[in-house]
Amino acid sequence: MTGISYQAKRINLKEKVFKKTLTLSAITVVVILIAIFFTLLINSMPSIKALGTNFFYDKTWDPVADEYGALPFLVGTLLTSFLALLISTPFSIAVAIFLGEYYKKGIVAEIFKNVIDLLAGIPSVIYGFWGLFVLVPIVRAIEMKLGLPPYGVGIFTSSIILAIMILPFSVSLSRQVISMVPAHLKEAAYSLGATRFEVITKIIIPYTKSGLFAGLLLALGRALGETMAVTMLIGNTHEIPTGIFSPGNTMASVIANEFSEATGKIYTSALVEMGLFLFVVATIINILGKQVIKRFTLS
Amino acid sequence: MESAILKAENFNAFFGKSHILKNINFEVEKNTVWAIMGPSGCGKTTFIRCVNRMHELTPGATVEGSLKLNGEEIYEMNPVMLRRKVGMVFQRPNPFPTMSIYDNVIAGFILNGIKLSKNEKDEIVENSLKQAALWMEVRSTLHKKGTFLSGGQQQRLCIARALSMNPEILLLDEATSALDPISTAKIEELIHELKSEYTILMVTHNMQQAARVSDKTAFFYLGELVESGNTKMIFTNPKHERTQDYITGHFG
Amino acid sequence: MNMQIEKQIAHRNKKNKAFKGVIIAGTILSTLPLLLILFYIFKQGITAINWDFFTNLPKPVGETGGGVSNALVGSILILLVSCVLAIPVGIVIGIYLSEVAKSRLAYYCRLAVDVLQGIPSIVIGIIIYEWIVRPMGGFSAFSGSVALALMMLPSIIKSTEETLKLLPESLKEASLALGVPYYKTVLKIIVPTGISGITTGVILSIARVIGETAPLLFTAFGNPFMSTNILKPISSLPLIIFNYATSPYNDWHQLAWGASMLLILMILILNIITKIVQRKWKVQF
Repeated sequence: MTGISYQAKRINLKEKVFKKTLTLSAITVVVILIAIFFTLLINSMPSIKALGTNFFYDKTWDPVADEYGALPFLVGTLLTSFLALLISTPFSIAVAIFLGEYYKKGIVAEIFKNVIDLLAGIPSVIYGFWGLFVLVPIVRAIEMKLGLPPYGVGIFTSSIILAIMILPFSVSLSRQVISMVPAHLKEAAYSLGATRFEVITKIIIPYTKSGLFAGLLLALGRALGETMAVTMLIGNTHEIPTGIFSPGNTMASVIANEFSEATGKIYTSALVEMGLFLFVVATIINILGKQVIKRFTLS
Repeated sequence: MESAILKAENFNAFFGKSHILKNINFEVEKNTVWAIMGPSGCGKTTFIRCVNRMHELTPGATVEGSLKLNGEEIYEMNPVMLRRKVGMVFQRPNPFPTMSIYDNVIAGFILNGIKLSKNEKDEIVENSLKQAALWMEVRSTLHKKGTFLSGGQQQRLCIARALSMNPEILLLDEATSALDPISTAKIEELIHELKSEYTILMVTHNMQQAARVSDKTAFFYLGELVESGNTKMIFTNPKHERTQDYITGHFG
Repeated sequence: MNMQIEKQIAHRNKKNKAFKGVIIAGTILSTLPLLLILFYIFKQGITAINWDFFTNLPKPVGETGGGVSNALVGSILILLVSCVLAIPVGIVIGIYLSEVAKSRLAYYCRLAVDVLQGIPSIVIGIIIYEWIVRPMGGFSAFSGSVALALMMLPSIIKSTEETLKLLPESLKEASLALGVPYYKTVLKIIVPTGISGITTGVILSIARVIGETAPLLFTAFGNPFMSTNILKPISSLPLIIFNYATSPYNDWHQLAWGASMLLILMILILNIITKIVQRKWKVQF
């Protein structure tokens, strides 16, 4: 009898330890996230206190003169991200329709699905490298034809590479929602004599509107935080870009270029503050996108 | 004194506020086969899941009253130790997909870290598979994964797995509902043979099966044990109107 | 009347065909960059690959025969430590989320995982700099590993949760009914049954971080010499690609192409291994 109850006690103990470990691990993630936020906040404090909201309006970034205006980088970030989204969207919707409606199964579907997945797997730094040697000369040629200064690098070039990089992300979600449109809706339209084009544009797209929107949102989130490829192709100036062919900088690329050499509390803190900004914006977009998806799948 | 292997006294079970089993009083003698019957939602599955304390795995599930296995209060025992004494076979066959047939039979020992010599293992595997009427069909493919068998064979494997632990009582939860008629017949034959060594409680909604296989029948309705007794009596001369209605097919 | 309707239908059919053509063209165009990039990298990279490439350290500008041995070793070392950090933690959290589906902690945990997944990699670099590099007083391979581990966590957690959620409840019940304690049921039945999906998730997360540069910029930092000391700065393939690509020297560009090709090959191989694992370790129910 004692033998059994001893065993029972040991099992109870192991059960408790196991369950506690699981719970503890889950708490750890939440704690890590909270710690990340507070680390960013605390380390931004010197800059927030010293510069206030002017930080986002000031267009001069001159660490030597101790001036930290992030407006050029804010503009650069927004310009490149939205331009990339603009360029990428028609293609991502086309691919989403291709894979979600025309070629759902079979060899063609497999090939293109794998290609898109591979696109997502190429590291950012390699995109940047390729962009430097292939895209930049092309853009330079275009600029020369247009009579613009032949930088080659700049907002336009970075936006193109960004567009390629974010394509797989919006495709993956959009393709899913398009392929999940209930068959009976489509069949009702077909039985009324609609062509495939009409079913896609009048039934499928309206039905998946919010899902497609969420896909774009998530792609935007990726674009905002993308660092390496952009750093290599954007020209790295501290001035506000005057046009899409001018060089510029994004918040992420400034951090990448200057963080390890930043001296002085405010300088480093200003860079961290930009990191905080990126964190907050990326998080908001992420959560918004997931909310849209949730509402879409529930309906 | 207690020849009753299982005894329920004023036993109640709840899912949160839902009163599922109401004042069950029930005795099971050794080496009998009991059919537990009733329409859907009458609590029959809940009852047997209380016997091996699987009921409480659902959050918010509670019980009240007395339920004894061989004179010991089930709800005062360590549930893990209790479950080693009670065997259960489920409606859908569920052999462990990562284990061979051989390992599946002695899974109870392997998973609980109980050490056995190769000879002991071979013996238990052979005996259990024989008792489950599966030995002849798998004796040469014991190393293959359990999921490659047919549905009926998988279920007999699950029976062998439960039997290998030498349980005090064997619970069958609609164990043949998901099987074809031939496999069902094989298992019913099996139950006949097992009676001499084991005590069996089988939940079934198949009246003909109950009539064929069981010695005694308990009829549950809306959480109450309406009537229980010899199967022949229940089916030919039920005392309660409800039982009568169920048997003649007025509901359920 | 009929002529009009026929004309209209013909027009609609034309539009239909044209649309399909547009979609197909758009899709093919979208895939062009991949082919261009892969082709270019292999063309440039193949000439850089030789024995020296793998075994030598980078040489000063002008000298031939430089290699990326330190970066290769660095990448592998950083990854190894990241795996040790991220895999057990990630799997355990994945188990928690699949077992305790509905609780406040599970909700916040999932939310945290989602947010973590969306954090820009450069921000992760900042975080680890503040958490580890500063207290340690310098850059180190270890800090790089922690940064990459943080990035691996969400995908390991999610794929573990997804895999285990797909397992039927009856599997757990069969084990519990045999008197197997809950913790053993999870460790010896549930996790082994889901091992294919879990492993796939792990390999994919490795493929994802192996090419990451931003989080290493101010953690692992880079090192022109061979090092296997996790407490010191270390080189890594993506880091040298970045540094050499943006340098003005042709020799270094060559090395960067070779390193790029190497990196892409490693990613491709990891993806192929995933497909093999999925097929070979598939568990039937």
